[in-house]
Amino acid sequence: MAQVHLRKVVKEYEGGVQAVKGIDLDIADHEFVVLVGPSGCGKSTTLRMIAGLEEISSGEIDIGGTVVNDVPPRDRDIAMVFQNYALYPHMTVYDNMAFGLTLRKFDKGEIRRRVENAAKILDIGMLLDRKPKALSGGQRQRVAMGRAIVRDPKVFLFDEPLSNLDAKLRVQMRTEIKKVHQTVRTTTVYVTHDQVEAMTLADRVVVMNHGKIEQVGPPQELYHHPKTRFVAGFIGSPSMNFIPARLEETGSGLVVRMTERAVLPVPAARAARYAPHVGRELLFGIRPEHLTEPHPNEHRPNIAHFEAAPEVVEPMGMETLLHFWVEGHEICARFDPAIEVAPGRVAAMAVDMDQMHLIDPKTDMVL
Amino acid sequence: MAADGTLVAGAPAPAATGRSNTMQRFARRRSTIAFLMALPLIALIGGLVVYPAGYAMWLSTLNRRMTANIGLGNFEILLESDTFWMVIWQSCIFAVGAVIAKALIGFWLAHMLHHIPAKGQRKWRGMLLIPWVIPPALSTLGWWWMFDPSYSSINWLLNIFAVPAVPWLGEPWWARLSVILVNVWYGSPFFMIMYLAALKSVPDQLYEAAAIDGATGWQGLRYVTLPMMQNIISITVLFSLIVTFANYDIVRVLTNGGPRDLTQVFASYAFQVGILSGNLPRGAAVSLFMFPVLAIFAFFILRGINRRNKEQM
Repeated sequence: MAQVHLRKVVKEYEGGVQAVKGIDLDIADHEFVVLVGPSGCGKSTTLRMIAGLEEISSGEIDIGGTVVNDVPPRDRDIAMVFQNYALYPHMTVYDNMAFGLTLRKFDKGEIRRRVENAAKILDIGMLLDRKPKALSGGQRQRVAMGRAIVRDPKVFLFDEPLSNLDAKLRVQMRTEIKKVHQTVRTTTVYVTHDQVEAMTLADRVVVMNHGKIEQVGPPQELYHHPKTRFVAGFIGSPSMNFIPARLEETGSGLVVRMTERAVLPVPAARAARYAPHVGRELLFGIRPEHLTEPHPNEHRPNIAHFEAAPEVVEPMGMETLLHFWVEGHEICARFDPAIEVAPGRVAAMAVDMDQMHLIDPKTDMVL
Repeated sequence: MAADGTLVAGAPAPAATGRSNTMQRFARRRSTIAFLMALPLIALIGGLVVYPAGYAMWLSTLNRRMTANIGLGNFEILLESDTFWMVIWQSCIFAVGAVIAKALIGFWLAHMLHHIPAKGQRKWRGMLLIPWVIPPALSTLGWWWMFDPSYSSINWLLNIFAVPAVPWLGEPWWARLSVILVNVWYGSPFFMIMYLAALKSVPDQLYEAAAIDGATGWQGLRYVTLPMMQNIISITVLFSLIVTFANYDIVRVLTNGGPRDLTQVFASYAFQVGILSGNLPRGAAVSLFMFPVLAIFAFFILRGINRRNKEQM
């Protein structure tokens, strides 16, 4: 088990293209950290630099108190699970799992003990004599994890391990991975583009964009207190609505004005925070789950009401999504499926203004 | 469907219509169409392979004048001939030695090419393929000049480094080595291109997984590259063995079987006996001897490939 520290790590390819632009990250012992972001954000490159599969252009990577910049992957004491599993097709499941230990000249009895123990944790004991070709996607994924577990490394690295699985199996394997981490407690760095995976698995989520870290924090913190517009939009599904609005002061307090008629009051608790921005053109951000049907016995304060006619209604079973347009911007609301709504028919809506965000469009920072 | 009366189960159809329908169905079947489309190729193989092979078998049972059938007489005479046993032995040395050298050099070249950046790779690949695309009779002529006893450029180079001249084509073992050397020079690019394709088909992530598992470069080669290439290596070796065993032009141009038949291989000896000495039936018998030798090689190599394929399932 070990801590991992990244200091001003840069990855620059030929031609001056920077995939990772000087990131700093401290990962604690036993921690499960998920790097998440869109394609090309540098998350996989960062993971591969930790693994030693990519050279670092500048900066420093420290695993367990040792700077590993020039240490080859085999000497870093890490294990990695690849997106396409990377199982050796000519070896049986047992040999695949034992390969790393055999190369490190472990005693045969110890190898057997470790492989059988990992097979028990992952419930693949009956597959040990099979070749990878004879396994399903989920089973291959387990074997790839088993290969990592037997090594008992300082750090586990996962590179989008669930991307090749179907939706149902992905959810199942997600739970497995979490269970395994709770059992073995090895420091884990996990890369995914799926924010649901990130939110459900991570102790802390690292949101990356354009080779930089946008924000690091526990899943709930990222959801409730995003620091940038990118994080606000990336975390949460469906993503947050952004509407251009002007912050104004009225006799009864601050308001955000989106159109002549659409004016929403800002909660008094936010007045001091937003006061310096009065009169500015900002972006008003609200998540679809905070834009819902009005509740008849509403006791929460700071609920604002308005009406809109949805142009598209999407019944999802557990919820119904309503899409309507304000000043050319698409807005999504999340309704209780029991409420009857129809496209083109005006529906009353309630906005939980305690969950609102204001974003400075010049800096893209959440105020 | 029966309701409108157009199709009633068990209704007797006129016999002629039924037969033509069956014929139409037969003609439309995918297997029939596939057979018809492959027919020109089957005819070509029949004409160029099956007929000459059958004719050679029949020929090998005739006497020298081709007037009487002597059964296996030609084969008996050959098996009693010391020269023929020498030819078998030389053919095996030539084919096995050349194939091993070609496989090793081809593997090494493929590895070197595989690690050249993609941009420069094409240029090198093209240059390294040159020996393989030049007609072997022509390139062997070039080698013959280089080995020439009086004007050998190789000897000239050796002399610069104070190494005594080598009788490349005069001494039996040097002559055998020269024949193998030219065959290796000509055939290595084929192995190189086959192995390069095989190397490219090994996913990079397997090497990365091995590196993380603790494998050194050599261990990666031993435990990942070679097992992943095993089938291609086997097939290439088998194919090359067949072609090398049947090689004719290099021996014919370079040594003409000499000195004293000490570089003769099956094909050149068959030509010598059948055409130059005018004993066609015995020449046919010599060339047919290649078949059991190659069949043994093919059996073991193909059995290995089949077993590996089954194991990986």
